[in-house]
Amino acid sequence: MNTKTKTNKASVIDNLDAVRAMIQRHKRNDILFASIGLLAIMFGLLTLLVLFLDLVMDGYPRFNLQFFSDFPSRRAGSAGLLSAWVGSLLVMFVTFLTAVPIGVSAGLYLEEYAPKNWFSDLIEINVSNLAGVPSIIYGLLALGLFVYGLGLGQSILTAGLTLGLLILPIIIVSTRESIRAIPVAIREAAYAVGATKWQVVRDHVVKYSQGGILTGVIIGMSRALGETAPIITIGALTFIAFLPPSPITTTAPYLNFEWLSSSFTVLPIQMFNWLSRPDHEFHINAAATGAIIIVVTLLMNGTAIWLRYKIRKNIKW
Amino acid sequence: MINATTPIKAESRDLNFFYSNGTRALKGITMPLYENKITALIGPSGCGKSTYLRCFNRMHDLYPGNKYEGQIIMHPDNTNILDNGVDPIEVRMRISMVFQKPNPFPKSIYENVAYGLRVRGENNKRMLDDKVEEALKGAALWNEVKDRLQDLAFNLSGGQQQRLCIARALATDPEIMLFDEPTSALDPIATANIEELMSELRNKLTILVVTHNMQQAARISDYTAYMYLGELIEYDDTDTIFTRPSRKETEDYITGKFG
Repeated sequence: MNTKTKTNKASVIDNLDAVRAMIQRHKRNDILFASIGLLAIMFGLLTLLVLFLDLVMDGYPRFNLQFFSDFPSRRAGSAGLLSAWVGSLLVMFVTFLTAVPIGVSAGLYLEEYAPKNWFSDLIEINVSNLAGVPSIIYGLLALGLFVYGLGLGQSILTAGLTLGLLILPIIIVSTRESIRAIPVAIREAAYAVGATKWQVVRDHVVKYSQGGILTGVIIGMSRALGETAPIITIGALTFIAFLPPSPITTTAPYLNFEWLSSSFTVLPIQMFNWLSRPDHEFHINAAATGAIIIVVTLLMNGTAIWLRYKIRKNIKW
Repeated sequence: MINATTPIKAESRDLNFFYSNGTRALKGITMPLYENKITALIGPSGCGKSTYLRCFNRMHDLYPGNKYEGQIIMHPDNTNILDNGVDPIEVRMRISMVFQKPNPFPKSIYENVAYGLRVRGENNKRMLDDKVEEALKGAALWNEVKDRLQDLAFNLSGGQQQRLCIARALATDPEIMLFDEPTSALDPIATANIEELMSELRNKLTILVVTHNMQQAARISDYTAYMYLGELIEYDDTDTIFTRPSRKETEDYITGKFG
């Protein structure tokens, strides 16, 4: 009996020093792993930071109002972003209007209404896969479907729809995930007082998943902002020295939809165009544009985080 | 002994229940719920007592593939609430439920209580105010929250949240209230409050309560059913079950020899 307790590893009192040494060893592993993790994060963050600072330093001479109010030009010094940022804004508007209602409804349907069987599993796998399809494939699809099939041409509408398709999976997946985060107990509570499915969806599911859905929407939109490949594929022009017709007019009916079929350029394409020129002066423009795209993207993601915090503040589970 | 003249509010007749994976969770349960009485369901984990309780508001309908057999008859209208022609929403409007863990909505105290009325289309502010006050008083919570009805329900303590859930279930004037281990997540003082509240609620409605705690069943219930492996082993008035059970299994369970 006595010898048995002595050799028993689990008995702390008999092996106090050995146990303390073991705890120290395990703690060293903790610190080691934390350091590796920190290095990994720093690697990503620092790379991005250096890239960003490099762009800012290169593009510094162009950070003035004129850069935003001038059309592109053959002379780098007087070339500006006007047609590009207006184009981006209008394209994003179309993207938002198409992707958000379709994506959120699809997510809601899949999560709340679709029967759970092999078919819904198949849809689920496909939606997840769509999020990983290279964006140029969407460009090819859009070229065939929107440009030639539906005859929409190389227009703002085509670009908006294409990017809408591109970010649809992101919105669907984030919608489903935030719906799934709602505890079963809350749903059952709502059903237990006699709510119908639609009442549960309207009063609870949509309300409590708003934060997550919004985050998905903004992250999708910021991805769409920087997309270049599909826009090039559908044949966006790179040199646009005019603005699309204004969506708002001074005479009745005050709305004008001609801008939808206008040709356009967007920020990343303008940047690509400047970058591909041999003249170094244009590279300054490109760097400035790159920095602006990064800032806008960071601002959008920051807004997403802030909104999520604000909305989720009152929800604890 | 059970008094034969006590009116019956609801009764299950040869009730069987099958989960979607084919498990038969209830085996031919026939049992009455007496009007304005508290009936407690006791038994070891997995004996089917929660499953039985959740048949009464058709909660199982929320998950596809579950199947009922047999009847649950509500009196005095003799409706079989398990009948395919009876909408589960209608059943839930007559029979409300309080859950194991407090599950208030992430809304204000007021909106939590008012929600059951809102889904019934009640939007009259005065009517809602009155009903909310009445329900909160009925749940012995009014004095603690009357000055902060617009506060978030999550800011209440666990015991207060559970009383809020009782108020929510009470606001719609149900005929039967189901309690699924309502105090298992609460401290002893909050538990005592809830138990006292249940004894008072008995005057207004009929109560079916699942409990893990045998002392609780002995303290608050008028009738007790002992279930084991999906079967109803014994049903009698609470005194009889706890002092002179007629079945050996019941005696073993309540004396702690088993379970």
